[in-house]
Amino acid sequence: MIEALSYEFMQNAIIAGILVSLIAGIIGSLVVVNRMVFLAGGIAHAAYGGLGIAIFSGIPIFLGTSLFAIAVALFMAFVTMRQREKIDVFVGLIWAVGMAVGIILIDLTPGYNVDLMSYLFGSILAVSRDDLYFMGGLFIVILLCVLYWYRSILAVSYDSEYASLSGINVKFFYTLILVLSALSVVVAIKVVGLILVIALLTIPIYIAQNLSATLHGVMIYAGLIATFFTLGGLGLSYSFNLTSGATIILVSALCLAIFMTLKRKT
Amino acid sequence: MRTTHNKTVLEVTNLSFSYGEEMVLQNINFKVQERDFLALIGPNGGGKSTLIRLILGINEIQSGSIEIFNSALSKYNSHIGYVPQNTNVNINFPIKVIDIVMMGLIKKSPFSLGYSKEEISFAMKILKQVGIEEQAEKKIGSLSGGQRQRVMIARALYTNPKILLLDEPTASIDANGQKQVYELLKELNKSVTIIMISHDLSVILEYANKVAHINKKLFFHDLGSLKNEFNPSKNHMCEVELLQMLSKRR
Repeated sequence: MIEALSYEFMQNAIIAGILVSLIAGIIGSLVVVNRMVFLAGGIAHAAYGGLGIAIFSGIPIFLGTSLFAIAVALFMAFVTMRQREKIDVFVGLIWAVGMAVGIILIDLTPGYNVDLMSYLFGSILAVSRDDLYFMGGLFIVILLCVLYWYRSILAVSYDSEYASLSGINVKFFYTLILVLSALSVVVAIKVVGLILVIALLTIPIYIAQNLSATLHGVMIYAGLIATFFTLGGLGLSYSFNLTSGATIILVSALCLAIFMTLKRKT
Repeated sequence: MRTTHNKTVLEVTNLSFSYGEEMVLQNINFKVQERDFLALIGPNGGGKSTLIRLILGINEIQSGSIEIFNSALSKYNSHIGYVPQNTNVNINFPIKVIDIVMMGLIKKSPFSLGYSKEEISFAMKILKQVGIEEQAEKKIGSLSGGQRQRVMIARALYTNPKILLLDEPTASIDANGQKQVYELLKELNKSVTIIMISHDLSVILEYANKVAHINKKLFFHDLGSLKNEFNPSKNHMCEVELLQMLSKRR
């Protein structure tokens, strides 16, 4: 295992795991407290449409998927702010249509034999230096946004009506959270895949909510817990030659079960 | 009996509001004097919450006017402190009591992560005023329903409002918690005007000095005769029965 650390692909995987875990800790906390898990799941699956567009048109995959995910997030923000009671219908729609668009476009791409499994369940060992720059850049953007607007984001997340009465632009922050969630989902797909991304955005947060009484505390704990899950899962997947994304999620689920058992006993 | 103050703090004139074709409020006129404790009662769908939303500036006025201290209503009115329904509060949210209270004064300046000593000191003073200063560092979800509602009242008081607007503040709170909230409001009413939606009739008659009934239109009841007709210590009457009785009297 120690020997594996000398390989560049493993070093990249570890750095990617840490960056994506810290991103998941921050954004997952916002997704959970704003009750946007289903919405984030919809964006994650719709992002597959962006993947198809990127592959079909030959543009860089991260760029194409990110732009498409942002467009989906803006659409969802626009729709859900106007017709909140129909949110389930729209999430279901983008969930299915996004995936369908992705699959059809990949089918139509001449000579391209894409490994679908790597996008469905992640391919952390295939992270490149360019991917790392994108992940690092996104982490810095998210961190700056949260630090810059922390009290406004806290107010909007806790009580949007009261925040609106206090003069905070609730629509802006709602849209910002959705866009950052969409970008986070895109980078998390690389690590755990789009099927499992929601687990990374929720399991560490559930545990962290039991460890801290503040939103920023939950973000920090969740980031550290997610890092532990990701690196633990990565190590096990390497040692036993398993799919990395699925191993990371199973490690998370096992730790959650242990945590809940211990919590019940105390 | 509390002395009546003559200074008008809120004046609603010819206010009408409709959702599409459906008229919700029809030509509403009333004044609220300084240090009044006005209870708004009425059936669900009668327009109580719409009236509150209009006073808060959440809904835009379609016809008529609302004046606060003789000035036209502005959207972010620091004279008004708002306490939402207890059921609207997310009790699983990771947030401390003191952070909620200081939400009353949201800084729009960037990187405003921490609080100044003055801000914390003022928040603690308000928490002491509402009787829960020892809960300041606790998570909101660990408090009882009555305590949580006192946190919401503290948040509303953080901006030093002249009028406190409460939407069913004791919904889903046990009897003991309700009593504590109303005793607190009674104390606050010595310096703050209170407008409250409530279905809690026995409490309304004990604490309010004005009772208005809204069902599209609004009319005030004479509190003295209302107390004679509805004596909570002698007979139990649910809100529906009281509203029916009041409607007949009209």
